[in-house]
Amino acid sequence: MQTETNVTVEKERIVIHTDTSKFDARKSEVNQNVFIENRMTADNIDVYYSDNHAIKNVSLEIRANEVLAIIGPSGCGKSTFLRCLNRINDIIDSCRITGSIKLDGKEIYSSDFDVVELRARVGMVFQKPNPFPKSIYDNVAYGPRLHSLVSSRAETDEIVYSCLERVGLLSEVSDRIQNSGTELSGGQQQRLCIARAIAVQPDVILMDEPCSALDPIATAKIEDLIDELRSQYSIVIVTHSMQQAARVSQRTAYFNLGELIELGDTSQVFTNPNHQLTEDYITGKFG
Amino acid sequence: MNAWTLTIILLVMSSLFYAVAKKRSLRIAEDIGGIRYLHSAPRYYGVVAAALFAVPALSVLGLWVSVDENIIVRMVLSEFFADMQSADQAEKDWLVSQIQIYAHTGQLLATENAQVLKAAADRYQHLVDQSETLRNASILVLGAVISFVFVLFISAKIRARVIAESIIKLFLLASSLIAIFTTIGIVLSVLFEAILFFQKIPVRDFLFGLEWSPQIAIREDQVGSSGLFGSVPLFTGTLLVAGVAMSVAVPVGLLSAIYLAEYASTKVRSFAKPALEILAGVPTVVYGFFAILVVAPLLRDFGLVLGLDIARESALAAGVVMGIMIIPFVSSLTDDVITALPQSIREASLACGATKSETIKKVVLPAALPGIVGSLLLAVSRAIGETMIVLMAAGLAARLTANPLESVTTVTVQIVTLLVGDQEFDSAKTLAAFALGLTLFVATLLLNVTALYIVRKYSEQYE
Amino acid sequence: MSSVQIQQSKAVWESPQFKKRLKKRNAAELRFKYYGLGAVILGLIFVLSLFVSIAVNGFSSFWQTQAQIDIYFDPDTLNADDLAGANYGKLVKQAMYKQFPDVTKRNEKRELSRIISIGASFILQRMVINDPSLIGTTQTLWFPVDDEFDMLYKHDIGRNVESGAPSRLSINQIIWFDQMVDRGSIESRFNKTFFTAGDSREPELAGLRGALTGSFLMILVTLLISFPVGAAGACYLEEFAPRNKLTDLIEININNLAAVPSVVFGLLGLAVFINFFGLPRSVPLVGGLVLSLMTIPTIIIAGRAALRAIPPSIREGALALGASKTQTVMQEVVPLAMPGFLTGTIIGLAQALGETAPLLMIGMVAFIVDIPSGPLDPSTALPVQIFLWADSPERAFLEKTSGVILILLSLLITMNVVAVYLRRKFERRW
Ligand SMILES: Nc1ncnc2c1ncn2[C@@H]1O[C@H](COP(=O)(O)OP(=O)(O)OP(=O)(O)O)[C@@H](O)[C@H]1O
Ligand SMILES: [Mg+2]
Repeated sequence: MQTETNVTVEKERIVIHTDTSKFDARKSEVNQNVFIENRMTADNIDVYYSDNHAIKNVSLEIRANEVLAIIGPSGCGKSTFLRCLNRINDIIDSCRITGSIKLDGKEIYSSDFDVVELRARVGMVFQKPNPFPKSIYDNVAYGPRLHSLVSSRAETDEIVYSCLERVGLLSEVSDRIQNSGTELSGGQQQRLCIARAIAVQPDVILMDEPCSALDPIATAKIEDLIDELRSQYSIVIVTHSMQQAARVSQRTAYFNLGELIELGDTSQVFTNPNHQLTEDYITGKFG
Repeated sequence: MNAWTLTIILLVMSSLFYAVAKKRSLRIAEDIGGIRYLHSAPRYYGVVAAALFAVPALSVLGLWVSVDENIIVRMVLSEFFADMQSADQAEKDWLVSQIQIYAHTGQLLATENAQVLKAAADRYQHLVDQSETLRNASILVLGAVISFVFVLFISAKIRARVIAESIIKLFLLASSLIAIFTTIGIVLSVLFEAILFFQKIPVRDFLFGLEWSPQIAIREDQVGSSGLFGSVPLFTGTLLVAGVAMSVAVPVGLLSAIYLAEYASTKVRSFAKPALEILAGVPTVVYGFFAILVVAPLLRDFGLVLGLDIARESALAAGVVMGIMIIPFVSSLTDDVITALPQSIREASLACGATKSETIKKVVLPAALPGIVGSLLLAVSRAIGETMIVLMAAGLAARLTANPLESVTTVTVQIVTLLVGDQEFDSAKTLAAFALGLTLFVATLLLNVTALYIVRKYSEQYE
Repeated sequence: MSSVQIQQSKAVWESPQFKKRLKKRNAAELRFKYYGLGAVILGLIFVLSLFVSIAVNGFSSFWQTQAQIDIYFDPDTLNADDLAGANYGKLVKQAMYKQFPDVTKRNEKRELSRIISIGASFILQRMVINDPSLIGTTQTLWFPVDDEFDMLYKHDIGRNVESGAPSRLSINQIIWFDQMVDRGSIESRFNKTFFTAGDSREPELAGLRGALTGSFLMILVTLLISFPVGAAGACYLEEFAPRNKLTDLIEININNLAAVPSVVFGLLGLAVFINFFGLPRSVPLVGGLVLSLMTIPTIIIAGRAALRAIPPSIREGALALGASKTQTVMQEVVPLAMPGFLTGTIIGLAQALGETAPLLMIGMVAFIVDIPSGPLDPSTALPVQIFLWADSPERAFLEKTSGVILILLSLLITMNVVAVYLRRKFERRW
């Protein structure tokens, strides 16, 4: 059973990622990383939408320079958990959160943590692409201008072009950078949203199924980008593709019905899950 | 026979034909072996018979009513006042109203020609009575004959349902065409009189003249030297009042819509939104009274404190009250527009670290701008076309001024004052009202159509 | 990667500049929020002051100051042959002189008799004609006082003669009136006249019945015309109309008509109904016709929304059973959309009920004392009555105006509440 899973993962990896050495290198890096700093820690998180108990007593930590993948069946609360990490759930009236989440040791739900600063430091890419109805340029420049990270047109240009380049969008849109972001295709929009998020240069980036609208080539680009970003940031990525989780993440969390079932090194979760539910899910018995 | 009796007779006759036709179709069905051998259910035969009675009867009735008065008047005039044929229209109208009033009430308005007038009135009344009898008889006979022929010809093959349905559909179509006919009616009624007006007063003098004093025109001894019909003071007055109104309504309406849509809790919103919308249901004449009763004295006192002299009737008072009236238009249209924006866009902005107000100012408002502009245009059109508030609170003096503390007059106020009371229909003064009406209609039409176009384009974008 | 990117670190967010900017941005946020809150509160203040000022002014119009006097139905004055033409005013005057025997000068007597409304003689006339046996008896009766005294009693207006306030009351009149008050022969009673009388030049005799009846007749005409036409138009456009130029044109027209100024409809009414078709001026029928044209677009728009809310499955179900398109619409769809039609109609009628400007132009602004008995009798309407009274110089009409507004507003509120109730009751989630 377990060997079978392994084989599938291997196969998939080979199909999309011909560069196998990279995969191995990444794994060894994790093992060498002796200094494990926790950027964010979530303790005993419960989330309710009115009476719907969406997250049940979840605790996990997000380490510096790691990619944490969250997997689980649809509706199990992955997006909800992610949205707690930058308090974007605050704007939903019916949503109630208990527990504690800390960013660099400071409680983010306490009144003296400025939510604007939090969201600047914890960026987010949403499940559905949501570009502003503004030009591509203004979409990317939005965050840096807000926080006055740029003081001149040249600086803005530099950030906008580099971010578009990093998500592989620059060559596709270079001649229409002043056109509306909503005119792009779904996949391009999603990459634009990623560019917009990294332009703020946050400490932690939350990505909710960033590749669900992308073709394999664009997916590969994003995965490379995630890997590159890891050198500076922490990344939490929700994904429905176990292959993707296996390829990009160092650790994996498996959610089911609002509960955190299993959390561990990606290699361990995929090859040797501790929990029957996890095994059922990754072997495709369920989900 | 008065209108009610006639209506009732028509209704009774229609139902009679309905019943007869239904019965007859049932009889026929019996002969050929049951209802299912008929093309349509029996009631459809009834409906067709009733319609065949009512439709011709009503059409002839309408036609008759619209022309008979004219014909009778002409007959009476040519019989008794043959020498008046060449007299001008005003004189003839005066004569006609004398005759009619004597016929209706037995009162003589003038003493000269009393004998002839009385005779003419008798003749007039006689003709009216005759015409009415003839009319009633002919419509009833006509409807009855047509319907009866149909009843005679009822057979299993007649597709009564199809006919009935086409009649229904025709009625539905006609009902929706009312909208077009109303517009045509408006255009024609203001256009014709406006053209008559422009034959007396050149368009240029009307559109660019700086002085408005139509009152002189009605003085008999000044026929020919008509009053002054330069409408620029009216346009500036209208714009001044509308400007004051918009400067009250836009900030209050926009900000409250934003607050209620973006900040307020559901509880506050569900209370405050309908409370503000009450303002939209208050009749404008009530606002006019509110302006006289509360706002104008308040502004006057306030002006005294500041050392300003605010007229008792001022553009400011009228404008402020009109602004209050327009607040719910601005706010509810704006609310529709900004709540139509997908929530995901707001989330995206917040997730970039924007505050709520930054999100609103930099993302929500720019995205909603076309819709907001559309709704503001509709509000401006409202302000320009509003009558009662300005009539009661802004005054009648046509003054070319940009000072809101003075009294001004507007296009709508002049239309009403020119037409209220007795009027001769072809004096320049009366016709001027229609020329103003034409200007007003064109201006609001342009605003409305542009606004509707923008709003529709906008709402398609976020469907 | 860019230099900017590399410089970036935690330090940016910790830097004092960032913290300072953040403080500013949060302050701006708070300010913006308060602007919004302020706007809402201002709007609510407007609503409140509108209603409160009118209610405060208007409630007293439902009460009337009346004076109690003993009338001797003097057979000398009341000639049995001509009861209608007798001098009833004299009876009232004599009764007043009796109450104040020491008033003897002629002009003082005249002033004294002015305390009682001239309407008293009409009341006496009606009483005697109805019951001639009253002649020769003495009756204790209540009569409305003149409007100036009504104001004096209710609001203490007109007492300060010295201060130069424009008052028509003389010092003597005030003293006599105060004496009557002390004797207990002045009382504030429910103002029946206000609800049963037509218009009058005398504020204390004026009532809103004429205007109310006129409005009622007009709204009836509007209902009879606009509901069937509006509902039919909505049905056609939503259920039958092909997508073509004509339909587009109709739609543009409907939306535009809903925003055409009401004076323009007045011009239409004047030119078409009165001038062209020769219908009489000042009658509810013409008013109703004009208001119908204004209401039909509203009903069509609301009706279409109601039809659109009915899921296609209902239509498909009926069509699948072999019903024709027309049958389906008439028998399945229209009954379901009926609450929507009704809601739209009530809201449209409520708008029509408050409409004033077009009525002024078709002559419904005349001074009419009689209560109209049919749609072809000259009459006014509630909003026009408001306009007319608001224009009157008498202080007492101010109160009357507010009173009519209260009645009009309560009618409108009732209609809207009914509409909301209907909508709630029949609201369906498909
Ligand atoms: N705004 C909301 N209001 C009420 N309930 C919500 C809301 N958002 C999510 N939920 C509920 O919370 C639970 C978790 O939803 P969530 O969106 O977190 O699932 P998910 O794991 O992201 O699913 P998917 O993989 O389909 O995106 C679901 O039962 C959902 O119905
Ligand atoms: Mg999700």
